[in-house]
Amino acid sequence: MSAAPVPGPAVAPLYGLLLAGGRSTRMGRDKAALAYDGRPQLERAMALLQPHVVRAFVSVRAEQAAEPLRARFAQIADIREDIGPVAGLLAAQQRHPDVAWLVLACDLPLLDAATLAQLVRARAPGRAATAYRSSHDGLPEPLCAIYEPHSHAALAAAVAAGRHCPRKFLQSADTQLLDEPEPRALDNINTPQEYAAVNDAGAIPGRHITVQYYALLREQAGRREEALATAARTPRELYAELARRYPFTLAPEMLRVAINNEFRDWSTPLAEGDAVVFIPPVAGG
Amino acid sequence: MSGFRFSHTPLEPERLRAALADPTCGGYAAFEGWVRDHNEGASVRRLEYEAFEALAVREGERILAEAVERFGVARVACAHRLGELAVGELAVWVGVSAPHRDEAFRACRYIIDEVKHRLPIWKKEHYLSGDSGWVNCERCASGAGAAATHAHPQRD
Repeated sequence: MSAAPVPGPAVAPLYGLLLAGGRSTRMGRDKAALAYDGRPQLERAMALLQPHVVRAFVSVRAEQAAEPLRARFAQIADIREDIGPVAGLLAAQQRHPDVAWLVLACDLPLLDAATLAQLVRARAPGRAATAYRSSHDGLPEPLCAIYEPHSHAALAAAVAAGRHCPRKFLQSADTQLLDEPEPRALDNINTPQEYAAVNDAGAIPGRHITVQYYALLREQAGRREEALATAARTPRELYAELARRYPFTLAPEMLRVAINNEFRDWSTPLAEGDAVVFIPPVAGG
Repeated sequence: MSGFRFSHTPLEPERLRAALADPTCGGYAAFEGWVRDHNEGASVRRLEYEAFEALAVREGERILAEAVERFGVARVACAHRLGELAVGELAVWVGVSAPHRDEAFRACRYIIDEVKHRLPIWKKEHYLSGDSGWVNCERCASGAGAAATHAHPQRD
């Protein structure tokens, strides 16, 4: 694990922009209000975003400003219409030109805290943007990305020239690209069929797992226990997620796994409410 | 009373032994593990034991049941200390009573070996130098020293 870069004096503060101005045409109802694990996804996404930014805003179209879910948060209204998600970023950059924007689409129900934390850690303030490379097509993911202040001129010029696609903008710009840690973390959910599939698969972060730490892992995690919501499907994926958050030195081959107080295989499917313990090399007697 | 248990206070071998008395038994064997003042070249000042108790107690009971099954002994018990221990203190105790000595010795050996391999118990050594380290963890973690003998046996 690499340590977080220490921002120098020239690094712009990071603000957050949650994009919730879409028309949800394919879904047929407001995507921001769709519930995952009993919680509107706009609220879930804001909770993921807020710890990483100085201020967080919801990007809306002017007529959505009073909608109750969106009205709970600070907002930035689009200035231009019908140019898609890039309208939100342009409006934000105009409102606060000297900050960098962590832009997040609200319809990424599989996004987990670790994926977002890794993006922020890997931020390259000297470049125009920092983004993940899609695990599906290798192209930049524009709607979970950081845009530095100096990206604004080129973005405004592209839009003025009729080029509204933020993915193409990132391809042409000086973009720091990262590999996605969780292959499905940035899958967006646009249709009722996709929504049903995600909920049926139980893949949404929001499967609640408790993890207890012992011995060396307890010291490295700095805690004995935690409850977390995770998209990890197996103990192997869960350990990989935790190893991005904590300075663990033990490779999974060195550990065993217990679920609900029994030894289990690393590929055992995790279920809601499971209690997981990763067992470092033992030394009793 | 037979069984596996943890103790946060000093173990009392006389009391543990008394629980294994059985008129059908002509042999009793016990093993005591003590805190030693050195390990792998370093001088040890004190130890700290920690366990994942819920799983360790279950697995400890399984080991004792296996010993009874394999060796046909009458009574078995094991107690393990947790917390801070000084050099010379009793860290683990195993006792077995059986009709004859041979199975008592063999069952006792089996139990302590399995306990050391299988139970989620960890030992942190505090050295005279002021350093400390989790036994079997710190050196493995540094990569090159990850000897296969330190890995968990994958039994199930």
